[in-house]
Amino acid sequence: MCTYTTVHADMDGSAKGPGSSWFHAGRATVYFDHPVHAMAEHTLNIDLTDPDGDPARRVALELTAESARALVAAIQEALAAVPDELKV
Amino acid sequence: MYESMIATLVRMPGHAGDEIEAYVARPEAEFRRGGVVVIHHMPGWDRGSKEITRRFAELGYDAVCPNLYTREAPGASPDDAAAVARAQGGVPDERLVGDVAAAAAYLRALPTSNGKVGVIGYCSGGRQSVLAACNTDVDAAVDCYGAFVTGEVPTEFPLKITNLVEQLPNLRAPLLGLFGAEDRYPSPDQVDELERILTDLGKPFEFHRYEGAGHAFFANERPSYNVAAANDGWERIERFYATHLGA
Repeated sequence: MCTYTTVHADMDGSAKGPGSSWFHAGRATVYFDHPVHAMAEHTLNIDLTDPDGDPARRVALELTAESARALVAAIQEALAAVPDELKV
Repeated sequence: MYESMIATLVRMPGHAGDEIEAYVARPEAEFRRGGVVVIHHMPGWDRGSKEITRRFAELGYDAVCPNLYTREAPGASPDDAAAVARAQGGVPDERLVGDVAAAAAYLRALPTSNGKVGVIGYCSGGRQSVLAACNTDVDAAVDCYGAFVTGEVPTEFPLKITNLVEQLPNLRAPLLGLFGAEDRYPSPDQVDELERILTDLGKPFEFHRYEGAGHAFFANERPSYNVAAANDGWERIERFYATHLGA
């Protein structure tokens, strides 16, 4: 199905995308729906974009649910491993 | 079969006069024929949608697939455009109806037109095919596993779609529905509900449910592809359109 579910997060960071060029990643769009490329019926998809920029400036991830959970756990573990004063 | 065809990109006025782009495929032969509007799925105006459009030309129809995301991301690749459209909330129903109506008008204005136009959509486009057939002048509609024609839309869905139950009395064209028995959206119960409603309303329809097939069984580049269901489905579509879009 098309789940229609879409979640947004404002971000401040950078991503390396098309043409091996960096851009400001200002928004993450997250949804669980059909992938374009991954070999699964549904995947957890993340689009990192510059909402003010060219639509082609996008880093796209299509992850199985298990992979997405593993990514979340890895991010949490990496964040937990450093002192709070570094995370401001 | 019309293997010799012309396929090209055009620009046409869409809903509210907005210029939108569209992919057009036409048999390279002079005879009067029906037209087909192909509604692409939520992942966008992609290669698969254009292949489907060419297949209708091969079957002897003038076919057009409007890029429903033209406005959000002009010139972007289909997957990037789909990402932008999704981030902005998707295609509003009113705009979809306007774009399909414009595509139907484009087809009817072709010198080869016999005046009849069908619409077909897949996945989210399946619901939109029914939506279009409730709100604009088409002669036949095909719904390939569209969710939320009936059934309740979960309240946590941020895209403001609704089911089409209240609009079904306005359905103005025969409906062919093709569904996977293993699909959950639409579920077999939701397909049964749609069947009951159309029966009660006295609307002409023809439904087929494929055992062993889930969602998106026509999508031949995806794991969900089901050869038996897709082959039979194409034959059903061919017969349905021959009946309702013939001269």
